[in-house]
Amino acid sequence: MIGDLVIETKGLRKTFISKERGGKKEVEAVKGIDLTVRKGEIFGFLGPNGAGKSTTQKMLSTLLCPTGGEAKVLGYDLAEQQEQIRQNVGCVSQVGGADLSSTGVENLVLQAQLYGLDTLTAKKYAAEFVERLQMSSFIERPAQSYSGGQKRRLDIALGMIHHPQLLLLDEPTSGLDPQSRAYLWEEIKKLKAGGVTIFLTTQYMDEADKLCDTIAIIDNGKIIVTGTPGELKSSVGGDTIVFTFLSEETARKAETLLTEKIQVERIQTNNNSVYLNIKDGERMMPELLRSLDAKNLEAQTVTLSRPSLDDVFLKYTGRSLREDERK
Amino acid sequence: MKMKMLHDTKLMFIRNMQHTLRSPVFVFVSMFQPLMYLLLFMPLLNGLGSVSGLPAGKTVDVFIPGLLVLQALFGTAFVGFSLIDDIRTGVIERFLVTPVKRPAILLGRVLRDAIVLLLQCVLITLVAVPFGLNVNVDGFLLSLLLYALIGITMASISYGFALIYKIEDPLAPTLNTITLPLSLLSGIILPLALAPIWLQDLAKINPFSYTVNAARALFAGNFQNIGIAEGFVVISVLAILVFLWGLRSLKKMAS
Repeated sequence: MIGDLVIETKGLRKTFISKERGGKKEVEAVKGIDLTVRKGEIFGFLGPNGAGKSTTQKMLSTLLCPTGGEAKVLGYDLAEQQEQIRQNVGCVSQVGGADLSSTGVENLVLQAQLYGLDTLTAKKYAAEFVERLQMSSFIERPAQSYSGGQKRRLDIALGMIHHPQLLLLDEPTSGLDPQSRAYLWEEIKKLKAGGVTIFLTTQYMDEADKLCDTIAIIDNGKIIVTGTPGELKSSVGGDTIVFTFLSEETARKAETLLTEKIQVERIQTNNNSVYLNIKDGERMMPELLRSLDAKNLEAQTVTLSRPSLDDVFLKYTGRSLREDERK
Repeated sequence: MKMKMLHDTKLMFIRNMQHTLRSPVFVFVSMFQPLMYLLLFMPLLNGLGSVSGLPAGKTVDVFIPGLLVLQALFGTAFVGFSLIDDIRTGVIERFLVTPVKRPAILLGRVLRDAIVLLLQCVLITLVAVPFGLNVNVDGFLLSLLLYALIGITMASISYGFALIYKIEDPLAPTLNTITLPLSLLSGIILPLALAPIWLQDLAKINPFSYTVNAARALFAGNFQNIGIAEGFVVISVLAILVFLWGLRSLKKMAS
């Protein structure tokens, strides 16, 4: 019996040796992480490119040997019981891994057979997933002719074909159009409803926010914070209100006034806008506007936003999740 | 345990065979080189007929068994490219996260390559018959095993490097660097008897010289020739060693 914990890692670590000019260099991709994934949840592993998400996922799927620490997957020891882990875990990598010159059905049947199912059962399971993921219109064609969304559906079916208790999904919606993303999110929720535990790596805040029960933020090979999306967001503090004025001068005056008037967590002026971090923003807004009006500091626009996971990432890492890509 | 290996190898063999059968024309395209040797080069050898140092027997009878070794060398040396494609599209990783036996992934490929090679060898031999080829049928059938082992050896080398490089660019030069001296030093194109002593000595450390000698003896039906046993022993040991090396590269990919 595996109890409540589907994945449990302690100090899991991966150091790659890369050969470079002037000798070998050690690259610490994953610097000792502790994870607990509970049965039946969608666990989001969120972080920017190169944070160590895929490396962690590859260790959990037995593709990479950890260089340190220990882990149990479905109660099996990662170092000792790889066969059992492979048999009971489903895995969808970032590139997918469908055989492009074969048809979807051929891919699915072979995949099921590789898990030891006989031909008849393999065909039955394949048909089941074709139906479930609505793939019948294209599944008899070679996979190289599929659209991005269709191929992703096949990839997920390949990972699920043997009905694993745990599914590892590596960035399942990267590069997909919004419609396909929304469709996949629904499918992932359905899998969860069917009792499958899902470990999902993503670099998309909205994806983690919409899908996950628990989120661990990873940056630079280390887990920075773990919690439910709600917990993480409320840990950031209050809401953000942005007032925009006609000139920067007015904005500065407004900043001074607001700082005197109320207790703010953070206030900052940028060009014509004043960014205000405040608890209970909705309720405070009318009063703030009234006091600005009283001093003839007329705001042109006002926006109020709830804390997002972007703010969470910013708070814990000091940078925006997309910062690296903008450079 | 053994059953699973057999089961998985069968699955992988069928999968790879399906790939080959999807574009069967390539089975014939890769026979182009030996056929050209047969049509455009062998007549040159005929002209050499009386030069001392040529093995006894009709040119065609000596040339064809060597030509088949050449086909086994070059025809299977470049199969690694198909594996790079499978690595790039994530197919190999997908296989590796299933409980499939690791050796089966490679075995399924090299066995397919061996079967394709044997088909080519039979066809080339049939084409050579109108050129006056005399062949001992039992010897020929036994020589097919020899060619299969050469094919498995070359395919394993090719897959081993494909797994190490994971990209196409360095693969072709590496394989050419290996196959060219192996073929030149095996006395296929021209007999080594014509070579200076140092070249003959160099040829003695080339495992494929022994397979060429064995193939020629088999074609002639000289079953008591010690060269046959030597050829089989050398190529069997080599095939096993390079297959294990390729397997190590596969396992290393996941480490």
